[in-house]
Amino acid sequence: MKYWQQEIECASREQITEWQNERLVNTVKRVYENVPYYRQRMDEAGVKPEDIKSIDDLSKLPFTCKQDLRDTYPYGLFACDMEDVVRVHASSGTTGKQIVAGYTAKDLDIWDDICARQLAAVGADKNWKIHVSYGYGLFTGGFGFHGGATKMGAMAIPVSSGNTARQITILQDFGSDVLCCTPSYAMYIAETMEKMGIDTAKLPLKAGIFGAEPWTQEMRLQLEEKLNIKAYDVYGLTEIMGPGVAYECSEQTGMHVNEDHFIIEALDPDTGKPVPDGEPGEIVFTCITKEAFPLIRYRTRDIAVLSHKQCSCGRTFVKMSKPMGRTDDMLIIRGVNVFPSQIETVLLNMGYAPNYQILVDRVNNLDTIQVQVEMTDKLFSDTVTEISKAEHAIEEGLKSLLGVAADVKLVAPNTIARSEGKAKRVIDNRKK
Amino acid sequence: MTINQLSIFVENKAGALGEITHILAQENIDIRAMSIADTKDFGILRLIVSDEEKAKKALQQNDCIVSITEVVGVAISDEPGSLSRVMELLYTNGINVEYMYAFITISKQYAYVVVRVEDNNKAMKILETNGVKLVDKEDIKNL
Repeated sequence: MKYWQQEIECASREQITEWQNERLVNTVKRVYENVPYYRQRMDEAGVKPEDIKSIDDLSKLPFTCKQDLRDTYPYGLFACDMEDVVRVHASSGTTGKQIVAGYTAKDLDIWDDICARQLAAVGADKNWKIHVSYGYGLFTGGFGFHGGATKMGAMAIPVSSGNTARQITILQDFGSDVLCCTPSYAMYIAETMEKMGIDTAKLPLKAGIFGAEPWTQEMRLQLEEKLNIKAYDVYGLTEIMGPGVAYECSEQTGMHVNEDHFIIEALDPDTGKPVPDGEPGEIVFTCITKEAFPLIRYRTRDIAVLSHKQCSCGRTFVKMSKPMGRTDDMLIIRGVNVFPSQIETVLLNMGYAPNYQILVDRVNNLDTIQVQVEMTDKLFSDTVTEISKAEHAIEEGLKSLLGVAADVKLVAPNTIARSEGKAKRVIDNRKK
Repeated sequence: MTINQLSIFVENKAGALGEITHILAQENIDIRAMSIADTKDFGILRLIVSDEEKAKKALQQNDCIVSITEVVGVAISDEPGSLSRVMELLYTNGINVEYMYAFITISKQYAYVVVRVEDNNKAMKILETNGVKLVDKEDIKNL
């Protein structure tokens, strides 16, 4: 099976736009009537539901931010009667209150469908065994794929996360066809199997659906080799639905956004204006079919690139790239967008530990970027020539990936603060 | 026979060098010879010490980057022209000197010099066959 709902997944652009127009108008009307918070925000912005006639009017609507969700915690943005809510999920919220998302029976049905679309896109059908190692609980990962598998008529194996030895036994004995988990956990499973001397070529496993955290193309290739599978990316967030908001197909060049349920925008994070295809922008979603928790123009803070190019898989939904970073940490250096994650990639690829700090400054009206890297035993030599060579290699690596020249400065080990929780990676002195 | 040199990474900031000498002092390590290579960002401190393994351990425990490098110790007679002769021997035999430095302690008869080359064995063979006296680990201990 290639598609789950072919007539939708391969619909014409006109058809998709028609669905979006109608559903957006209805959703806006509904949230204005049912959610005081939205009504107030729209009134403040001077927008009435009647002003929204099609998706061309989308930009008239105010954004919804994470803070709005916190301010209305836990149920303040629910747009249906509480008696119709049949489930809630929540995101862990490392930096504040957790975010609570509600679902009606119809919402869950749609979620099952979009997860089934992802499963079908990697080759699953009702004969497949779906190994779900995402956590089951308030986190959306486990239940999302579980529902998709069940709706497809495939066999769900609700292993949930943890207990790697048991995961491996199940992969071997139950004959899982597809593994759904985070890419880092997949890597851990793969490495454990390697240590145990298990030949992955003998496992029936064919595919992996890996999401919920950033991962690189290098990691994809490694996972594909180690597990003898095809590794697919999936995008989702609790606020919008959970996994399956966007799903990767056989082309493996980005994820199709389920446009019949979500309108995606890629915007310049500073101006809020749309960026063209191929240019990084902040991803903003509007839910147009959800009953319980339909967020309007929700700013994800994820930065990605959109592509409306015809995909070889036949699907017509727009594709989004793997998020390349977050607006929280994006830097603009001489007009070029730079993400700390890119710098980390260069260091990791060259075998260094990701202990770095980025210092941005402006000298004679020119942005400068210095990357401080902690000296390691590997990098160290007793001759200046060798160290300079290594330093230069990092600079070359950074320049080719970032597109701007960065100065590398080697510093003593353990001098870059490993602060409580999240490391302070960037010091931007231009703002002083 | 080569001698062991401690190579230590020194960040280019105030007090960095002092921290290292302080650690060595606490461990009762005697410094026999030293040199510093410095660039605009960092420096490399090179030391010949009384007990390099002990020194390395103590420095590493204090988050220093340290390596032990094998270098050639040359004893040249303390008179004009002897260093020049050694250099000429190395040069004419195609051996590049990465860096060199002199010992702080000198015996009455000889001045000790540390030479870092690509191929220690080749350098030592050439020097020895040409009658140049080499310094070994025993000599360092007896300083």
